[in-house]
Amino acid sequence: MSENKIATRDGFGEAIVELGKANPNICVVDIDIGKSCKTGAFRKELPAQYLNVGIAEQNGAGVAAGLATCGKIPFVVTYAAFGSMRICEMIRQQICYPHLNVKIACSHGGVTPANDGASHQCIEDMGILRTIPNMTVVMPADYHAAKALVKAAAAYDGPVYLRFTRDAVPVVYDENAVFEIGKANLLRQGQDVAILANGDTVCIALAAAEALSAKGVSARVLDMHTVKPLDVDAVKACIRDTGRLITVEDHNILNGLGSAVADVVAESGKGVLRRVGVQDQFGQSAPYARLLEMNGITAENITALALELLK
Amino acid sequence: MKDNLSVAQLQNKCVDLKKEVVTMIYKAQSGHPGGSLSVADFITACYFREMDVDPENPRWPERDRFVLSKGHVCPAQYAALAMKGFFDMSVLDTLRREGSPLQGHPDMKKCPGIDISTGSLGQGLACAVGMALAAKMDHKGYRVYAAVGDGECQEGEIWEAAQTANKYGLDNLVVFVDNNNLQLDGTCDEVMPNIDLGKKFAAFGFDAYEIDGNDMAQMVAALELARAVKNGRPKCIFGHTVKGNGVSFMENQCGWHGVAPNEAQYQQAIDELDKQYVAC
Repeated sequence: MSENKIATRDGFGEAIVELGKANPNICVVDIDIGKSCKTGAFRKELPAQYLNVGIAEQNGAGVAAGLATCGKIPFVVTYAAFGSMRICEMIRQQICYPHLNVKIACSHGGVTPANDGASHQCIEDMGILRTIPNMTVVMPADYHAAKALVKAAAAYDGPVYLRFTRDAVPVVYDENAVFEIGKANLLRQGQDVAILANGDTVCIALAAAEALSAKGVSARVLDMHTVKPLDVDAVKACIRDTGRLITVEDHNILNGLGSAVADVVAESGKGVLRRVGVQDQFGQSAPYARLLEMNGITAENITALALELLK
Repeated sequence: MKDNLSVAQLQNKCVDLKKEVVTMIYKAQSGHPGGSLSVADFITACYFREMDVDPENPRWPERDRFVLSKGHVCPAQYAALAMKGFFDMSVLDTLRREGSPLQGHPDMKKCPGIDISTGSLGQGLACAVGMALAAKMDHKGYRVYAAVGDGECQEGEIWEAAQTANKYGLDNLVVFVDNNNLQLDGTCDEVMPNIDLGKKFAAFGFDAYEIDGNDMAQMVAALELARAVKNGRPKCIFGHTVKGNGVSFMENQCGWHGVAPNEAQYQQAIDELDKQYVAC
């Protein structure tokens, strides 16, 4: 893991320009927060493929659905709170039900819009959207993952929800890392405990694994960048090989990655699970690191939970 | 692949269509006859005169698009699609049945000729705007026709979509407002007064044409005007209509929003409609 930190929204902003140049059907539907969501370069370089529908998220989703029926591959770009909950039913009815090729690309996922406070932090989105049939839900861990997964989403024919961070997060991967939607990335092999994380918590999971290693504990770390479809085989392998699982996410512990993994653990009848994430509470304006700390999303807490499971 | 029926021929086609609507809903014992009948003239004029579509190739990329934003009145569109040859007339008997392409609300993946799935009110116009935008972006000539209800115009997304149509100068978009002044819980005036939807669309940058929406001659004239005026402004046909149009006991009756006729009512409806054919 490098010391370098970049927000994953920056990875999106670069990838979408590359995609748009290669395919004129790629278009951006902005909702007046393009500057924050990093579509500035796309707007400047590919104006004929760029739309801005104003502060009207519902309409943005509907316009994208119409574009998709005519062969376009629209990326609806906004903040996670609005791109999931504000337009939830439009996503369900006009995009997921007819399985249209629309991508909802959202910055400001989780508690990363820290200083903006609870209205702009988004802890419910992936749980809500993974409940909708036909939807794919993805959160990249770093800049390189964001670039690769945006390209994978563009190549996939169907609805995808992509969630990025506002705040800079450590670079975990190198530029050659390979990503497949629905397939977890094994970042660290281990046999005693498995830590399954996604998004901005992957680096925290890796730090915990390092701390556990110093105590003689072998921790496996998986990047579960796709919450739906979940890589069930990877979870089952964790149950089989370690029997002890910890999920980590910058999302409510209800209905997100932790719940998705809990489904697999419960149905297997084996293994024990602990979930680390936002403790079903709204945030506040505070530094990003403090918000994580308030919810126990720290390497120290993960390490302590792992040691407790090993007792 | 355009039909070019005369006004009188279209009037008779509309009677055919209304009979199919009533028959489908009677056989299914489920559906929405009132709004299906008020919007029938617009749908008939679109499919049998105005729109360029190919029943043999429903996904023909150059085709004109139709968006039934008030999706619950799909029996009228299903009847038009069958009469046009998108599928066999016998399919109409399967409305709302398990496994049928004719779902309770339009499903683009199941029914040939449906350009977008609808059913949740207020959402179709934005999709129509997206289609019209795609035509402009690709420098294509196809046009987009959308039908919205007056009650439906209480949804905010309609106006979000309207302002987008204005911003992008979508003169390839025609919105028909089926202004029958009835919605599920009562008259629009009781539930939520709409002010004047023609003026409202005009204020949102549309060229608005106010007509009797159940007068075929006026409908044809308005559609021709909408096509002819290429001035960078989207078009609105503000049509005053009668819910349940053509069936006396259904006309202007809120109770016929979503109720199927019984056998006697069905027979009376067909008898009444049979008398509405005109000489061509």
